[in-house]
Amino acid sequence: MLIDVHAHFFHRESARVDGAELNRRRLAAGDRMGITLHVASILGSWGRHSPTYFPSPADLTIANAAQRALQQQHPGRIRGYVAVNPNFTTHALAEIATGAREGMVGLKLAASRRADDPLLDPLCEAAASLGFPVLHHIWQHRRREWPGQEASDGVELCRLAARHPGVNFILAHIGGGGDWLHTLRAVRAHRNVHVDLSGSGTDGGMLEACLRAVGAERLVWGADVTLCTGWAKLRHLERLLPAPDAELIRSGNAVRLFPAGAFA
Amino acid sequence: MIDVNAFLGASPWRPVPGIEPAALLVTMDQLGIGTAWVTHLPSLYWKDPAESHAELFGIAGRYPRLRPVPVIHPGLPDWEADLRRAAAEGAVAVRADPGQLGLAPAGHEMLELVQACGEADLPFVSAVRLEDLRGRHPLDVAPELPTWAVRSWARSAPRTRLVLTHADRGFIEEVHFSLASDEGRRCWWDIAWIWGPPEDHLAHLLATIGVGRFLFGSGQPLRLAETPIARLDLLDLSAPDRHALTTGNALNLDRRTQS
Repeated sequence: MLIDVHAHFFHRESARVDGAELNRRRLAAGDRMGITLHVASILGSWGRHSPTYFPSPADLTIANAAQRALQQQHPGRIRGYVAVNPNFTTHALAEIATGAREGMVGLKLAASRRADDPLLDPLCEAAASLGFPVLHHIWQHRRREWPGQEASDGVELCRLAARHPGVNFILAHIGGGGDWLHTLRAVRAHRNVHVDLSGSGTDGGMLEACLRAVGAERLVWGADVTLCTGWAKLRHLERLLPAPDAELIRSGNAVRLFPAGAFA
Repeated sequence: MIDVNAFLGASPWRPVPGIEPAALLVTMDQLGIGTAWVTHLPSLYWKDPAESHAELFGIAGRYPRLRPVPVIHPGLPDWEADLRRAAAEGAVAVRADPGQLGLAPAGHEMLELVQACGEADLPFVSAVRLEDLRGRHPLDVAPELPTWAVRSWARSAPRTRLVLTHADRGFIEEVHFSLASDEGRRCWWDIAWIWGPPEDHLAHLLATIGVGRFLFGSGQPLRLAETPIARLDLLDLSAPDRHALTTGNALNLDRRTQS
């Protein structure tokens, strides 16, 4: 079993005119790689009607519905995160409730509000009540502001995780840009923070450092935008690790983090 | 397979496993890579990279699967002697990365070196980047190679074969379609930084530019050698095309296999 905990799809209201083709290619490449389940989110309209990292409530409602439709269309291959913008608490909580009722399995937070901001607390409380993990977009060591997003780094996510010890957090794309060594120092002591291996970066030594920092038990496999780099990291891990440890990263940890029966 | 983009020696910025020849060969064996073109990584940053040449040629002598790609600094006095020695010692190519050397990428030193490589019948290698700009050490401020420099090299040195590593789709397309056909045919690109599905940049480039322009390159051990292999495994390439990309195109660049 291989679970991609960090996938994205597109829908007809997305900025990408080739969205359907991208979805088809993701599933086809996933089949070739042996991906059993794509756990995915859609970030609003991907910039068409509102900014990708600051999506409007209306765009999120459409996106989450589209994500659920994909899950219904491919029940054996796709699961969905509820994507929300923490600046709109009432809307976000309603989306989470709707998503949970209709089979979504986790909460996706991107970069609309800093990870350690109090506005994220009610969302995390909702996640806790549902047993949802929280996948949080992370810039590995944010030394400055970046345009187009209110990015957070590992230190900021760990502050949130410390306030919500009953919630499992997935720190997004350790290979997605920035200084992963900084992140790995930050997360070592936070047992409810798990590291998602996705991202286009395949730096030599990164996976070994991940294993030293948090062990196989707190690593989850994912690809994000680039499936090839995800597959490369998986292959490297399978060269490094005994099969039981690799299996934890392939799927075992994800099965433990998501609600019971999420992948049945 | 021939990996045209590999390194030996420590990075100045972070620990990297597998930097010794024996470790590199173990990885190559595990992944089915027969030969690697190797550069002495620390010397990319040395004031005089030629200080590394004896070590690199010595390693290549002991490990014939590792073909040396020494760094030549065209801003130093008598750099032409380094180039002559590289040819004499069996270098498969030479390289210079103007960002790391602190040279103007299309300045007279770089242009003279690129032209001299043509005279010496040695491919010239340069990297667009060595690491992701977003994750570099605060003091690692070497600028990335600009597209216009590669255009200048290709246009000003009609006998030189250029091997560009770590370029992404946008870079490759901008250079390729800004060159005349005979100029573009002297450029080869490794696939270390070209995305696979779902964006499918690699499949797109192979279709629009042609398999003949691409080489198997990884950037190992700075980057995982599994990456370009995974990219190839996600393509529907014919066996002859895969052989050309992973082996044949690089063999055609190698004077030793041409003679």
